[in-house]
Amino acid sequence: MRSLNHPMVWYLLRGSGVVTLLLFTAVVVLGIATTMRWRAGRLPRFVTLGLHRNVSLLAAVFLAIHIATAMLDSYAHVHLLQLFVPASTTRYGLFLGLGALSLDLLLAVMVTSLVRHRLSQRVWKGIHWLGYASWPVAFVHSVGIGTDRHLGWFQVTALACLGLLAATTGWRFASSLRRPFPKYLEARA
Amino acid sequence: MALHLKVNPILCDGYGQCAELLPELVELDEWGYPIVPRDPVGLRVEPAARRAVRMCPRLALSLEAAPR
Amino acid sequence: MSSVAAAERAPVRARLLGKDDHGPLPRALNSRERAVLLAEVEASGLRGRGGAGFPTAVKLATVARAGNAVVVANGTEGEPASWKDKVLLSSNPHLVVDGAFVAADLVGAREVIFTVGRAHTGVQAHLEHALAERRDHAFDVYLESAPDRFVAGEESALVNWLNGRDARPTIDRPFRKGFGGRPTLVQNVETLANLGLVARYGARWFRDTGTSEEPGTVLVTVHGAVKQPGVVEVELGTPIRDVLQRFGGLTALPQALLIGGYFGTWVRAHDALDLPLTNAALAPLGASLGARTIVVLPQDACGIRESARVARYLARESAGQCGPCVFGLPAMADALERVDVERLRRLAPQVSGRGACAHPTGATRFVASAVDVFSDEIERHRAGRCGGRSHPPVLPVGDSTEWR
Repeated sequence: MRSLNHPMVWYLLRGSGVVTLLLFTAVVVLGIATTMRWRAGRLPRFVTLGLHRNVSLLAAVFLAIHIATAMLDSYAHVHLLQLFVPASTTRYGLFLGLGALSLDLLLAVMVTSLVRHRLSQRVWKGIHWLGYASWPVAFVHSVGIGTDRHLGWFQVTALACLGLLAATTGWRFASSLRRPFPKYLEARA
Repeated sequence: MALHLKVNPILCDGYGQCAELLPELVELDEWGYPIVPRDPVGLRVEPAARRAVRMCPRLALSLEAAPR
Repeated sequence: MSSVAAAERAPVRARLLGKDDHGPLPRALNSRERAVLLAEVEASGLRGRGGAGFPTAVKLATVARAGNAVVVANGTEGEPASWKDKVLLSSNPHLVVDGAFVAADLVGAREVIFTVGRAHTGVQAHLEHALAERRDHAFDVYLESAPDRFVAGEESALVNWLNGRDARPTIDRPFRKGFGGRPTLVQNVETLANLGLVARYGARWFRDTGTSEEPGTVLVTVHGAVKQPGVVEVELGTPIRDVLQRFGGLTALPQALLIGGYFGTWVRAHDALDLPLTNAALAPLGASLGARTIVVLPQDACGIRESARVARYLARESAGQCGPCVFGLPAMADALERVDVERLRRLAPQVSGRGACAHPTGATRFVASAVDVFSDEIERHRAGRCGGRSHPPVLPVGDSTEWR
């Protein structure tokens, strides 16, 4: 593939990466919020689920841009196989591999969600839970690989995403301790 | 062909999105679980019914040809 | 076996609990024999004896058409007040085995699975012994002991458990998608015992007792204010007063009868005692036979207190899968204890018919009948002055916690 040495491609690669991180953070938060039956103010609860799904599509678009520019850019120079298979032993290769792993997990979630009607509840749910793993892997990828990782604005953004996700996960966990989400509701008889 | 809304009570987790999307047809009981009518879904409401089926987080809602 | 010889051997009175030697079991091994036998079953009018009363011939034909079938002989009997299946399996297991094999012939099944409740090791032993005595068949026979839960005997729950999961009901119906995903015939053991006898002696013999709409004999479990609680075989149509006589008669003045077990209904004693034991006769009272469990409540017991205890038990026995059942049944038990009639009236349509199985529906019916029949007691009960304060419990409940 022809590689480009254009600064636009380089900026787009880094920019789309950050936006993807932000959007997928929102996706996970909205997903957790959906299971918590959370509503945005007085908006109906289907808005939470609707946003979860639509923002994930938007995030996928930015991820696609991120991947395309990574393949085009002459410095990043990512090959097709490297997108899906973590393989290299270099420091750069390690963090790239994490990105690939995260992409694999994400693709599993997206594909199963699109054909959800054909799958059993158990299979869909199991893979969706694997999707939880996709975020921390992507997070480490972004703080490890990015040449912006030393820059203040990036660090603030990354920390904000991490903080938001940790808070949401903590909220979910605390709520499940108070009112367990057992598979079978045992009524207080 | 008359379509009927059906809830799979085992899958249903009381999210209540169907009642929000389809208030013309779906009411919630006091615990947040949907009460769906036995009558067929009218043509005007059908698109909203299909949306409610798509949006159910547990895929518990369905539109079927035969009544219960 | 000629029909004359068969008729000579046919039991006259106790068909299910008698000690006749019936000889070798007639088999239906080709499609013509199967068709003839199926027609005979249809002519007999045999209906399921497990409580639902579904026409047996229809069930057999449906599963037979599907192919690759399995037979499950359901002796689980999760209802604590019902003992008939246990008694049948203990005293005449061979009749049940006969029927299971006949059913397997009819639906073309090779596997036959017998189930009993786990706690009843004596019953299991009898059945095991009987199965060991039967060598001349080509079936793969299994005996499984199911958890002692109220809903464990429900068709889809039983099959779910046989498939390695909890004994909780499913949306899938066994006759379509049951054991191992295959069409499965689940039949109560008493139904099977009758089926075996119909195969031997024919429809005309079967219809010789009972009524024309409800032919045959049935096993009835009776306890409460009778001298000898237990299980007896009676003809359908026998007056209820005479049925109770078979249990040694009443030990106290009866207040009400619970007919049909915990999914059944209470009826006032004076309304029911002279009625024949048929669904048709009980229908105007809003009652039906169900699995023919009858509990006689004496005058000095409190119907509300008993019913509230059972309602609480039914709430505990919810499989926990459907919101209206999980939340509605405890709410109904609460309301029944307080006898909050208004609350019960509001709860009923939110609970009845809104589960994946009949549990919430049956429980609602039971509770509603208690409020109806014991309406006189309500004020006294609320004031704590009801008769049953010191009366020992009449209705039994279970306490198992296993689902697998």
